[in-house]
Amino acid sequence: MKLITAIIKPFKLEDVKDSLADLNIEGMTVTEVKGFGRQKGHTEIYRGSEYTVDFLPKIQVTIVVADSVVESAVAAIVKAAKTGKIGDGKVFVSPVEEAIRIRTEEKDDSAI
Amino acid sequence: MNILKKVIPGPLLALLLFCLLPMVSTNLLGQAEAEAPTETEVASEPEEKADYDAMVAGHGEYAFAFDFFVTSMVWTVVAAALVFIMHLGFATLETGLTQSKNTVNILFKNVFIISIGLFTYALVGFNTHYPGSWMIENIIGIGGPIGDLNADGAATFGYGGLGLAMTGYGDFIFQAMFAATAATIVSGSVAERIHLVGFMIFSTILVGLVYPIVGSWHWGGGLLANLGGGDKAFKDFAGSTVVHAFGGFAALAAVMVLGPRKGKYVEGKIKPIPGHNMPLATIGVFLLFLGWFGFNGGSVLSAEPAALGLVVTTTALAAAAGALASILTSYAVLKSPDLSMALNGVLAGLVGITAGADVVSPWSAVIMGAIAGVIVVFSILFFDRIGIDDPVGAVSVHGICGIWGTIAVAIFQFKDTGVDFVSQIIGIVAVCVTAFVISYILAIVLKAVGLWRVSEEEEQVGLDISEHGQEAYPDFGRSSH
Repeated sequence: MKLITAIIKPFKLEDVKDSLADLNIEGMTVTEVKGFGRQKGHTEIYRGSEYTVDFLPKIQVTIVVADSVVESAVAAIVKAAKTGKIGDGKVFVSPVEEAIRIRTEEKDDSAI
Repeated sequence: MNILKKVIPGPLLALLLFCLLPMVSTNLLGQAEAEAPTETEVASEPEEKADYDAMVAGHGEYAFAFDFFVTSMVWTVVAAALVFIMHLGFATLETGLTQSKNTVNILFKNVFIISIGLFTYALVGFNTHYPGSWMIENIIGIGGPIGDLNADGAATFGYGGLGLAMTGYGDFIFQAMFAATAATIVSGSVAERIHLVGFMIFSTILVGLVYPIVGSWHWGGGLLANLGGGDKAFKDFAGSTVVHAFGGFAALAAVMVLGPRKGKYVEGKIKPIPGHNMPLATIGVFLLFLGWFGFNGGSVLSAEPAALGLVVTTTALAAAAGALASILTSYAVLKSPDLSMALNGVLAGLVGITAGADVVSPWSAVIMGAIAGVIVVFSILFFDRIGIDDPVGAVSVHGICGIWGTIAVAIFQFKDTGVDFVSQIIGIVAVCVTAFVISYILAIVLKAVGLWRVSEEEEQVGLDISEHGQEAYPDFGRSSH
C-alpha cells in the first residue's frame, strides 16, 4: 500500500477526482491548504499599493492505494492536474504500514 | 396612520362595519335594497368631512395649502428614514474595508453612534443646533431637552411656513438622523485600533455638543448665516462642510493622535491591509447612495416640486460622475481598476454635490462630481503616503471632497444665487478648524488617560476578541492577513 499526497490547483479537483474514479479508486480525503513552491506567491494591489500574497490556496488530495495501482493513479493525477504553467503542484508517494476499515475491521488491501 | 385615524375614528369605523354587515347578508340572499348603502354614506360623510375640515382649518391662514403641507411632511419623514439607512451603509462599508477580526467592534460602534446620536440630539442637540437664545451671540447657545414639538402651532405651517413645510417633530427627526452622521464618519477612520470606551466618550461629545454648536453657526442662524450682515451668508445646502468636512476633519485629528494600524507601515514602506469583504463594502456604498436621496432631497425641507426634482437629479449625476472619474483616475494613475477607489468615487461625488445640489445645473453637478472623483483618489494616496492611516478613506471622501463641494458652489452656482466665494472659505475654515482642534484636544486627553488606543497585543488578536470577547464569524475560523 502506498499513500499518495497530491497538492494541486483548486480548480483541478473535479478533473482529478473524475480520473481517479475511472480507475475505481473508492474514496479520497481532500484538504484546503495554503503554500508556495517555486511559484512564490503573487502580488495584489489594494488602494494603490502592491503587496505579496506568499501563501496561495491549494487543494491537497490524500489517497491510499494498493501497490499495483500506484503507478496508474499517480499518472492519472498528473495528467488531470497539469496545466503546464507554474504552480501546478506536486505528488508525493510514501509507504503505508497498515490500514484498517473501522466498521468491519478488515485490514490492508481489503480495507482501502 | 394618525391621519387615517383622525379621518375615520375607531368607533365610527366599527359602526360603519356594523351597518354594512346586515347589508352584505341581505345581498347574499338576493334581497338587495338600494336605499341601505346610500343611507350609511349620507350618515357618515358629513362627520368625516367635518373632521377633515377641522383639521384643515387647524392650519389657520395656511389652510389653503394643507395638501402641500401633508405631502412635504411625508417626504421629510421618508427622507429621515433614508438618512437612517445611511447608517447601515456606513456600518457595512466600514466592516467590508477592514479585517474580519474587527467586525464585531465596527458594528458595535455603529449601533452605539446612531443610538447616542438620536438620544443626545433630543437631550441637547436640537435646541443647541437651533438655539432659542445665544449664550455667546451667534456662536454658542446650548439648549435643553425637546418638549412638546406639536405645541403652539408647530404641527402646522406655523412652524416653518412654505420653506420649512413640516411639523416640529418632522424637523427634529430629520435633523437628528443628520447629526449622528458626523460622528459615524470618524468611526471608519479610527477602525481596528481605537479603544472602545474612548471612542464612545469621544463620539458622544462630538455628536452631542460639538456638531450642534458648529451647525448652529450656519443652520441655527449663527455667525456663518450672518456673514456680510446676512447678504453674504455661507451657503452649504445639505452640509458638505457642516456635516461631512466636519466629520472628516474630526477624523483626521483622531487618526493623527491615534497613529497607524500595526503593520501598515513596515520599514518606511506602505503595506496594505486589505478589507475582508468587498461585497459588504459595495452594499454599504449603494446604501449610502440610496440614503443620499434623503440626505439632499430632504434638505429641500419641503416637497416643493421644482427644487426636489433638481436636487435628486444633481445628487445622482454627481455620484455617477464621481465614480466614473475615480475609475478613470485609478486606471490611469494606479494602472488598476480598484474597486475600493470606485466606491470612494461614488461617495466623493455625493459629498461634492451636497453643498450646492439646489443651485447648480445637472451638467455643473457632473463636473463637480467628476472633480471630486479625481480629488478623492489623489487625496487617499496622499494621506496614505504621509502616514495617516485611514482604512476607509473618510478623511479624503468627507473632509477634502466636502471642502471642494463647498468651494464649488461659488464657482458653479446659478446666476443671481449670490453665493460669495470669501464667505465659503470663511465657513470652511471655521468649521474644519473647530472640528479639528476640538477633536485633537479630546483625543489627547483620552490618550493621556489611556482610553485612546488598545494595546499592541489586543490589536494583533483583533478588537472582536480583546474588546468584546466575541467573533463575527465564529464558524469560519479566523484568519488574519
